[in-house]
Formats: sequence, structure tokens, C-alpha cells
Amino acid sequence: MPKPVVSSIAELRERIQRLEGGAGRARKVLPFGLPQIDRRLPGGGLALGCLHEVAGGGNGAVDGAAAALFAAGVAARTRGKVLWCVTRQDLFAPALAQAGLLPGRVIFVEAGDEKALLACMEEGLRHGGLGAVVGEVARLSMTASRRLQLAAEGSGTIGIAVRRWRRATEVADFGQPTASVTRWRVSVLPSEPLPVPGVGRPRWLLELIRCRAGESADFEVESCDAQGRIALFSEMAGGSPQTESGRRRASS
Amino acid sequence: MLAADLAALRAGLRVGMPATKAQALVPGLIVQDADPYADAEGLERLALWALQRISPIVAADPPDGLVIDSTGADHLHGGEVTMLTSMVQRFAASGVEARAAIADSWGAAHACARFAGRPAVVIPPGESEAALRDLPIAALRLDPGIVADLHTLGFERIGELASQPRAPLALRFGPQVGRRLDQAMGIMAEPIDPIRAPDLVEVRRAFPEPIGAAETIARYTTKLVTALCEELEARGLGAKRLDLLFHRVDNTRQAIRVGTALPVRDARRLSRLLCDQIEKVDPGFGIEVMTLAATLAEPLAAKQAISSLVEEPEADVSDLVDTLANRVGEHSLYRFAPVASDVPERSVARVPALAPEDESTWHGDWPRPPRLLPRPEPIETMALLPDHPPVWFTWRGIRRRVRRADGPERLFEEWWKRDDELSAVRDYFRVEDDGGERFWIFRAGDGEDPETGSHRWYLHGIFG
Repeated sequence: MPKPVVSSIAELRERIQRLEGGAGRARKVLPFGLPQIDRRLPGGGLALGCLHEVAGGGNGAVDGAAAALFAAGVAARTRGKVLWCVTRQDLFAPALAQAGLLPGRVIFVEAGDEKALLACMEEGLRHGGLGAVVGEVARLSMTASRRLQLAAEGSGTIGIAVRRWRRATEVADFGQPTASVTRWRVSVLPSEPLPVPGVGRPRWLLELIRCRAGESADFEVESCDAQGRIALFSEMAGGSPQTESGRRRASS
Repeated sequence: MLAADLAALRAGLRVGMPATKAQALVPGLIVQDADPYADAEGLERLALWALQRISPIVAADPPDGLVIDSTGADHLHGGEVTMLTSMVQRFAASGVEARAAIADSWGAAHACARFAGRPAVVIPPGESEAALRDLPIAALRLDPGIVADLHTLGFERIGELASQPRAPLALRFGPQVGRRLDQAMGIMAEPIDPIRAPDLVEVRRAFPEPIGAAETIARYTTKLVTALCEELEARGLGAKRLDLLFHRVDNTRQAIRVGTALPVRDARRLSRLLCDQIEKVDPGFGIEVMTLAATLAEPLAAKQAISSLVEEPEADVSDLVDTLANRVGEHSLYRFAPVASDVPERSVARVPALAPEDESTWHGDWPRPPRLLPRPEPIETMALLPDHPPVWFTWRGIRRRVRRADGPERLFEEWWKRDDELSAVRDYFRVEDDGGERFWIFRAGDGEDPETGSHRWYLHGIFG
């Protein structure tokens, strides 16, 4: 009995994909290399040629430090130059280099306002020669995100919108719908306990809040290493790997 | 005497003095013959320099000035004030003492540059009249005879002259006074006839009927670019700076300028850059003539493309860099490059986006925060001296208990840069609070010796 259900779901998915456009184009993905996360994402990874959104949780929504590192980790694993658009520059490049994004690869654009920033992002996504385009924006309307998504679809470049607000009261804006394919929230967790005093490898709570053609989930991960890869960690002191680290949530 | 330098002025010599009198005042005075032709030539050279670097419409304003129409060019230099001060500094670096002013009209800028008494003056739009009111009438570019006559009548300032009825003035002095006043106030247009380099690559198109629609302008821009590229190819050059000038039917000129990081001869790419800027052009009642010039051109040889069989070349992004640089300004597009410095805020330098790449990066395994505050913010802490991390700290009104900490990482400041950094030390700690938020804090000083710093604590960065 379950078999026909599975096949009809697959058929439905295929039909939806055809309706969504991009007919005949096999969409490439950028896997995290962690089966627990990749399994949750359609295609087995972050889709290239799409717009993804990342925001910080708690105070991270304002400083955007963890979200920027997460974006840098994704961008580091692409090939080619990376365009990073900001309105106010407070990134510290050595930290990006420690997440695998070497200084020679990142071109920064300091746009005067958010409108100019979105235009620069769109230009970068349309170009097609870049590995990734990252933009730090506060407001992202449906129209603006749709433009970015279409530009990304046309060229196959991955677009990452790091959502970052001036004040903690503006964070409710993250609930507004956009055309991005996935939406992540990265919150800091206490770092890896060490047997000696000190701060271990940082840990994040990585929430997949929205995923087109997928379900939301959250993961507890260790932050990017020198190649931009995140890792899952085991809660057990004995070292037995967690069987199911992605807890299911009601979809939001 | 026609001109005198600062040393001569200090010795009491004045312009207009007979040379014999000057020689009597200062024994052993070196007098050089005036060479107006060489002066004019030098001014022309300066104008060409400004044309290549600052704005598409530049002309020499003899005997001692340059006039530049900077409309639409200032954003490429980081704003009007920055453009003006850097221009004055560059002149100063090459030994030319210059005074500059930006105002609404040629007349007003001419007057403010010479009589405002400051090296760089920016008059905000619409305030030329107020700025001119208190300047002497000699600032109006009138004949010296007329100025002397006006002085005899008791006129000293431009404001007094401007408030007089025009008819008696015109009757007595002819039309010049009224014309100069109107030009200074911006009521009467005064087009600038731009200077052109002798070997400039330039194409031009005149229209039988004035054009005005953006699509039409775009179409002819493409045609002009194609013609220009053929010309460039014949000479083996590539354009680094293009100026597109629009001559309007009301005898004013509008210009757009685009620049590229590397010499380019690709018609599609250049017309794309120019068409991006068309919305900035105000065609008014119509455009009669369009002129396209490659103001800055450099040799560009054809080069062989790498075969894709050998290796897949990394995509060329120089066209994207050019598009963005013309949109947001060259200074807003950059890469970071490592600098060998222990002081965090000095360890990064901005380099042009297409600067030659190397694989260099920062050394050291100490983690660095992705966000660095523009300047360290003072925090209140409780910490054991000399080298323990704080037990708690208060930043922006929130008190946080430190759960884990790493450090100290001791950084010595750079005594060769400034005297007060001679023995300065910073002890950096990475601290984590109860909620897992990680911060980069430091203590100015080593905790023992007051010579090394104030022993106050600062927060410098936020870790992810």
C-alpha cells in the first residue's frame, strides 16, 4: 500500500517543479556534507541558483555575527569570487579567512542605502561569473526577493541574504514572506565544553525555518572550520553519535 | 611686477610694482621675465590633467584658473568636499598652491575660490547669492577700469551692487556689469567650452532633429561606442575612461563619465556602462550633438584565450566590477588585504577590487571576531589582576556573567607609529556569557605596570 503513495508524491513533486519553471534544468546543490542536514533539503543540499536567507537569533539579529560566519562558510565552499554587499562595513576580514573565505576572493561593495544594495546584489547574481553573492539587508520585500531569486535562477549563482536589523524591535520583520528558497536562523549556543578552562569550538542552534518543498527542522552544530564546513556534535560524553539530531518541528 | 611668490610678498613686494622699485627694496632680487605663452601652456597641461582625472568638462580659465563642471562626477570621488580637498592636496603635492571652490555657477565659484580666503570652499546649492553678497566687487570678473569707477561711486560689496536698479548701471557702464552679476547668480547660463587633448580618440554625431527620449539616446550611444571601439582598435588602445557629452539646444552641455579598472575595447560592455547612466541626463528641450571621447586610453593588445582543455579559467568579473564601480563609486568597491600588524584595526587594508591577487592571508591561530566595533567601547568589569579574565562585565547596560574565557592574548602596540604607543599593551580575552554569546574584550595595559595603559576594559568585537 505505501508504495503507490510514494510514487504519486514523487510524480506530484515533479509536476510542481515543472510548473515552477526551470523546466529541464537539473538544479545543482551545494551539500553541507552532513547527511542529517542534507536529507532535509530537497536535492540534498543548498540549491545553487537560488536565494537563501540567514538571520541571527536573539542579539545575533542585530550584530549578525554568527549569520555572517554561516554565510561565509557557505560562500567559501563555492567556486569563484564572492560579492559581499553591505551598507555599513563592520566585518573583520581575518574572521572570514578563518571560516575559509580568503581575502583574495571577496569583493566588498559598500552601497549607500538598501535600495542600492539590492540593485548591486541583483547585478552580481545576474552576472553569472561569481561563486556567491552575499548581501546584508534589513528589509527584504516580496518584490525585491523575487527579483533576486529570478536573477539567481538565470545564472546559477547562489544568493545569500543575511538579514540584519538596526534594532531588536524590528526583528518581527523576519516573519514577512519572501521568495527565498530556504530561511535559516543561527543562534549561538554555549561552546564545546573543554576539560580545561577556556572557550571551545563555538556551537550554534541552526534552525531551518522555511524550506521550499521541504520541512523545517533544527540542528545543533559546531561552527565553521577552516574550510567553511559545519559539523554536528554528539551530546554523549561516550561519543556515540546522535541518531537523529534534527528534531522535527511544527512547520512555521 | 606681474607675480610674486610668498617669500617676495613677505619682503614687502607687491604685484603691480615697477621692477626697479622692487630691486631697490630688496638687494640682489632675482627677477624673471614673464612668459605668458608658457603660462598658458602650463595651464592647459593642468586642464588636461584635470580632464583625465576629475570631470569630463574642464577648461582653462586664463590667466590663473581652471573651471571644472563637476556635475555627476563628484560621487566617483567620494562627494564634493572630499573631491575638492583631495584635488587641492594633489596640487599641493606637485608644488602648486591652489584654492578651489564649488558653487552653482561658474561666476560664483570663480569669486569664492579667489576671495573666500580658504583653500577649499563648497557652497551648497541655492546659497550662491548669500555667499557672494559680502565679497568685494573685484570678484565679479569686471574690467579693472569699471571696478575702479564703481569704487569711486562708493560700491564695495557685490550685495550693494546687486540691489541697485540695473538701468542706470547699464547706461553708465554698458551691459557688462549686469551680465557678470547674472552669470554669478546663475541667472544667465555660461557654457564651458571643454578642452580636448590633441590625440584624443573622439567620435561625434549631430542630429538633424533634436533627440530627447531615453531609448533614442541609448540607441545612438551604442552606435557611437561601436564607432569609437573601431577607432580604438585601429590604434591598439583600450578605453579606461569614457566621456559622453550632450550638447543641448539651449547651448548647455551635459556629460556622463564612466571608468573601467582595466583598459576595455568591448563595445557591448562599454555601451552597457554608459546606458546605465543615461537616466542622469536631463535632455531639456532636446539634444543636438553627442560626442563620445576616450579621455583616458591605454595600450591593449589582443591576448590568447586559455583553452578550456587545459584548465577551466576562473570567470572574469572585471565587467561586473566596472558596472558596480560606476554605480556606487570606485571607493566603495574594494577587497581586504592583510597587513603585517598586530593591532587588529590596522591589520586590514582596503585594496582595489581588481588589485593583483596573492594567496596571502592572516597568520595566527587565535580566533578573530567576524564583527569588529568601529572603535572599542568601554565596559565595566570586575577582574582579578594581573591576568585573569573578568568575572562579569556590563556592556550597553546589560550585565553578563562570564562563564568561560580564553586569554590573555597580549598585543604590543606599535611604538614606531606614535609616541604614546611606545609601551602600550593590550590583553585580549575571548569570553562567553551564560547564554553562549561570545565577545572579544581587552584591557589596556598588562595589569601591573601603569606605563602600559590605563587598565580600563573595552569590548572590541563580537564572535559568532
